[in-house]
Amino acid sequence: MGAFGHYLLAHLDTLKHEFWALFVGGVANGLLYGMIAVGYTLVYGVLRLINFAHSEIFMAGGFAGYFVMKALVGASAPSAFASVGLIVLGIVAGGVAGAVMAALLERVAYRTLRRRNAPRLAYLISAIGASYFLFNLAGKEFGHIAVSTPQPYINHAVFHIFGAPVLMYYIIILIAGVIMFIALDRLVAKTRLGRGIRAVAQDAETASLMGVNIDRTIAITFIVGGALGGAAGFLFAMGTGVVYTMGFVPALKAFTAAVLGGIGNLRGAMIGGLILGVFEGLCVVFVQAAYIDVVAFGILVLVLLVRPTGILGERLGRSA
Amino acid sequence: MLDVKDAVVRYGAITALHGISFNVEQGEIVALLGANGAGKSTTLRMLSGLHAPASGQILFEGEDVTRTKAHEFSKLGISHVPEGRRIFPQMSVEENLEMGAFNRRGSTSDDRDHMYETFPILKERRKQLGANLSGGEQQMLAIARALMARPRLLLLDEPSMGLAPMIVETIFGIIGEIRTAGTTVLVVEQNASQALRLADRGYVMENGRIVFGDLAKNLLHDERVRAVYLGESVES
Ligand SMILES: Nc1ncnc2c1ncn2[C@@H]1O[C@H](COP(=O)(O)OP(=O)(O)OP(=O)(O)O)[C@@H](O)[C@H]1O
Ligand SMILES: [Mg+2]
Repeated sequence: MGAFGHYLLAHLDTLKHEFWALFVGGVANGLLYGMIAVGYTLVYGVLRLINFAHSEIFMAGGFAGYFVMKALVGASAPSAFASVGLIVLGIVAGGVAGAVMAALLERVAYRTLRRRNAPRLAYLISAIGASYFLFNLAGKEFGHIAVSTPQPYINHAVFHIFGAPVLMYYIIILIAGVIMFIALDRLVAKTRLGRGIRAVAQDAETASLMGVNIDRTIAITFIVGGALGGAAGFLFAMGTGVVYTMGFVPALKAFTAAVLGGIGNLRGAMIGGLILGVFEGLCVVFVQAAYIDVVAFGILVLVLLVRPTGILGERLGRSA
Repeated sequence: MLDVKDAVVRYGAITALHGISFNVEQGEIVALLGANGAGKSTTLRMLSGLHAPASGQILFEGEDVTRTKAHEFSKLGISHVPEGRRIFPQMSVEENLEMGAFNRRGSTSDDRDHMYETFPILKERRKQLGANLSGGEQQMLAIARALMARPRLLLLDEPSMGLAPMIVETIFGIIGEIRTAGTTVLVVEQNASQALRLADRGYVMENGRIVFGDLAKNLLHDERVRAVYLGESVES
């Protein structure tokens, strides 16, 4: 057996031992990617554009949650009851900040261009410009050094699966993520607002003949995606802290997840997030941690080359 | 009911309508005839706010709707069945019908049941996606969807396009029933003989102008109409 065989065997052994711990962490990351990815997919659905400023929506949510925690989390460990309250408050703060940021971006960076029937490239430039402006502004206002978020809970192992500890942080992400995904899925599939969004995604002009206000629907679509992205920003900030560039890598990975699941497809974005998160988590065994981002973007390039419509194909229009 | 005065519509540098004037009275079926590119669809699109006129005026039931936005027309009482039917392909038949009632308050299930009575095939297909319907079914759905808004004026753009003669018969029969039930109809057609047998009056468009208009029965016998639009195939 050659050296490579030994390398592989040794690593497979590690994978066997670490599998569940890596899997759990991967699911949590994947849920965060999914929550950001739905923002890309929603906006793509109604505008056929990638919102490359979505990273700053995530960042806004992260900082909003951070400031709320900084103001409210005391020196002593909070009671379980206070923990739940603080976490919900953080998620709401992140969600509201993300929604406001998304609404602003739509107004300033997109609607003005839509009014003029600008070419696609103009939107791309506008979004990247807005993104640079926003994260540099955050750097100037909040400093260029990463700071950790005051923890509103105690991050102990809640239980074990196959010997791997499942941390409280992962449980929080799991509960928040599942609730948000189900709520979003129902919103788009079953409500009047959701029907309006799907109608605009399928045929905007005909939607307007049915009485759908296209401008309003597009704004609401940004806001809904922004709320989830902002909430994800806070959840991410609880684990990793905040810094003005925090949006860049997670958002690019979420974009990968959205493409992987089929851009424009809501469930695809959620599933794509989970697949990417878990895959990335397990890859830690085989490649150095520093190369993990390379793996994620390698997947992006691969999907774009092999199956650009992603796993589930491109359609926000569908209720399912 | 509807009064159009000197309406001009431009697509950028192209002028599609060079100041057209016509009217539709309560309870009528009016046919708008003309060759490809004459401006028929543009006229309907202007009447439902998809293209605001550059100049001129549109009055609906006495109210100025010249600058009204597309999404406000269904509330005002004008529904537009667009050229090519434009069914939402990834929505079920039932959801397409619900889209027609998008701006109506309260329950619309009675209207839906009524549509299923008028178009039994839609009831059979109600869970199917719009994309999977035949052309005739899609046309019926497009009409039913527009009726879900309870319009007083229905705009129909080439309802017979691409359909088998038998289905065209059915559709034209239904248009007659719609008028009997109290909805005024403005219908664009290339199928001039069919349209004129159904309509009360008609207008003929050429190159973005209305060149003449008359009672439908007169147009059926008009030499100019017979020569250009009815060809040899019409028996009268
Ligand atoms: N979006 C557009 N941009 C530029 N020109 C257009 C556009 N839509 C229509 N036109 C032009 O306006 C004129 C009228 O078009 P319109 O679609 O109203 O004709 P029509 O009578 O409905 O024809 P058809 O029987 O083929 O449907 C045509 O010359 C057409 O080329
Ligand atoms: Mg036409």
